Amino acid sequence: MALNRMFRACPMTGLKVHEPTEALIKANAVAAVVSLAVGGVLALLITLTRWPAVHLLPPDWFYLLLTAHGLNMLIYWIIFFEVAILYFGSSLLLGCRLATPRVAWFAFWLMVLGALMNNYAVFRGDSSVMFTSYVPMPAHPTFYLGLILFAVGALIACFVFFGTLVIAKEERTYNGSVPLVTFGALTAAIIAVFTIASGAIILIPTFMWSIGLVDSVDSLMYRTIYWAFGHSAQQINVSAHVAVWYTVAAIIFGAKPMSEKVSRMAFLLYILFITIASAHHLLTDPGLTSNWKILNTSYAIYLAVLASMVHGLTVPGAIEVAQRKKGYTRGLFEWLRKAPWGNPVFSGMFMSLVGFGFLGGISGVILGTEQLNIIMHNTIYVPGHFHATVVIGTTLAFMAITYFVLPAIFRREVSFTKMAQWQPYIFGIGMTMLALFMMGAGTLGVPRRHWDISFSGNPMGYEFPGAAYLMMGLASIGGVLAVVGGAMYVLIVVHSVFLGKRIETPGFERVRMREGYAPAMQPSGVALQAHGSAAHHAWAAPGTFTLAVVFLASFILYYFVNWKYLATVWPLK
Amino acid sequence: MSAIQPPEERVWWKEPIAPIEITWILIAFVWCLFMFIMMPYWHIFGKQNLANEAYRSTPELFTAKAQAMVDKYKVREETEQAIPVVRPPAGSDVYLVARLWQWWPLLELEEGQTYRLHLMSLDWLHGFSLQPENINIQVHPGYEHILQVQPNRAGTYSIICNEYCGINHHTMAAKLYVVKK
Repeated sequence: MALNRMFRACPMTGLKVHEPTEALIKANAVAAVVSLAVGGVLALLITLTRWPAVHLLPPDWFYLLLTAHGLNMLIYWIIFFEVAILYFGSSLLLGCRLATPRVAWFAFWLMVLGALMNNYAVFRGDSSVMFTSYVPMPAHPTFYLGLILFAVGALIACFVFFGTLVIAKEERTYNGSVPLVTFGALTAAIIAVFTIASGAIILIPTFMWSIGLVDSVDSLMYRTIYWAFGHSAQQINVSAHVAVWYTVAAIIFGAKPMSEKVSRMAFLLYILFITIASAHHLLTDPGLTSNWKILNTSYAIYLAVLASMVHGLTVPGAIEVAQRKKGYTRGLFEWLRKAPWGNPVFSGMFMSLVGFGFLGGISGVILGTEQLNIIMHNTIYVPGHFHATVVIGTTLAFMAITYFVLPAIFRREVSFTKMAQWQPYIFGIGMTMLALFMMGAGTLGVPRRHWDISFSGNPMGYEFPGAAYLMMGLASIGGVLAVVGGAMYVLIVVHSVFLGKRIETPGFERVRMREGYAPAMQPSGVALQAHGSAAHHAWAAPGTFTLAVVFLASFILYYFVNWKYLATVWPLK
Repeated sequence: MSAIQPPEERVWWKEPIAPIEITWILIAFVWCLFMFIMMPYWHIFGKQNLANEAYRSTPELFTAKAQAMVDKYKVREETEQAIPVVRPPAGSDVYLVARLWQWWPLLELEEGQTYRLHLMSLDWLHGFSLQPENINIQVHPGYEHILQVQPNRAGTYSIICNEYCGINHHTMAAKLYVVKK
């Protein structure tokens, strides 16, 4: 049987690797890194333009490149990488052949075509409509068509993932339930299906409008449905990077989830309560009632926020339990101090966790509060917030896992190991500065997507306070630092993949298909006795709990600071 | 067994939850509930809320209403383009037109009085951003959005556009004057 020759045993992880899957993971990861490199160059030019003292680009180029930056980073880099994660989470973790590799390749090339077509539209110069492409501002038809083709490709990739889960079950390559990480990837894929459907519902009519088949697309309808796509897309990222956090905790520490039930329920809450999240982009829009806004922005009493707060405890909690078992038991934080801070897989993941929670999470909930949104909507606070969630949260987590993927999947040693140790710190600190100072400038009213906050030569212009200029300057310094960190990442990855030392292991062997079958499960009577693990009895992770309480205290404090600030502005009804 | 392997226990959903987790879940849930209640609470007891009042309109209709207001209450003109400055009576309906790339006309309001401010765009999306108050409202074409505003401090304010609206987006700005009675 041909399939027998297509698996190899990975001596590093013990996983049975389906070689067509491996090739697909490589292709998608490469496309992701290429998009990141393009987006990174644009990031540098943009941040140097918003640095008031530098103000590099002319306005037309600024708006063009800002559009391209958003698309290449938020869509192409992240989604190509997520497709790689889906294939990893299904085929590799379950030791199963990938469903229809040829269809997966078709999906990949469709995504590449879509990404190229969309970039072509932007760089033509007549589609500087920003990432959001709000109607009735028109873009070239290939702008929308490119996005649609990419989305169809991504949708096919999701179904390849679902198919692989079915095959794994059918061919009994694992026992019992799928691993937690696979479950997280499944969450991401389910949200992706909803997301892409919403995108199709709005982008297809918009495409038809752009070629003259439809008279007009209502701007409020566009925003409402667009954000069911645009925001849910970020929820895919959250599910994916939380899955990466659990993966890293497992790989580095052998950490066991504190309880499968809690972590899985938290993932489930993402599916159930996130899909209505388009509302918090529409909190100051006319034509929608407050009842609708309140219900939908809080995703029915903030259960998705609850889910993230749960993961924020269970991931470091699992690490703490594992570390304490190894003997790092002194005080509250010895487990954390003795963690492998020099290993970029861990340091990147942990900064992603902390940054996502403290900066991205808190600011996100505050932005998404109906009335508080009035004092922040469309200010640069918004990009400050999402650079904390999507860049510190998602991108940094993906960068961290890359340092595992290089040896495990690409079979290459990581080049420039010293630089790799520094990379997550430089990128993380730069991005933290960028996010924090953008938020600061936003509270002073600095608008997002704006070429000239000095309104030079405009008698009607507004003079922002000096602090706003200072913060925009500091944000840009952070931005430049982050670009340096990003460039280090791209350099390390490209060098490792093409010129890195090949890992040849004596343990390398092809395995036959039937060896993919999982061993029979222990009789459950015996196993049930065994759940008296440390996590279940004692107060197993006091350090993590302390951190969680600090987090909650900052959250509450900052929440009320914002209400206090709101209470001073003009009364509105 | 770790997160990248199937759960050790086949019936993992019957395992007890660690005390630390259940405690945190309860605390977090109470906080989430509180944050949810805070929004309706502010509608009842807070002073800064958006009205649910909005109407479908057309550029012609909205321009006509704004023009009528300008004709009636114009007090002076400003800049080389002779942009009218309007001082409508307290409590009246005030129209502010958003269009590429201008807010029109300029408004002069009285401190402490309440006005019904009508916002609409004639073309693309715009963002009403009142500085330094930092009140930000999305402005749509075709939707006439009505807000009751009560300027509580005299001074010269700026209205800038904070929704990207094309190549001259950054030039779209206007003044709003709040004067003592």
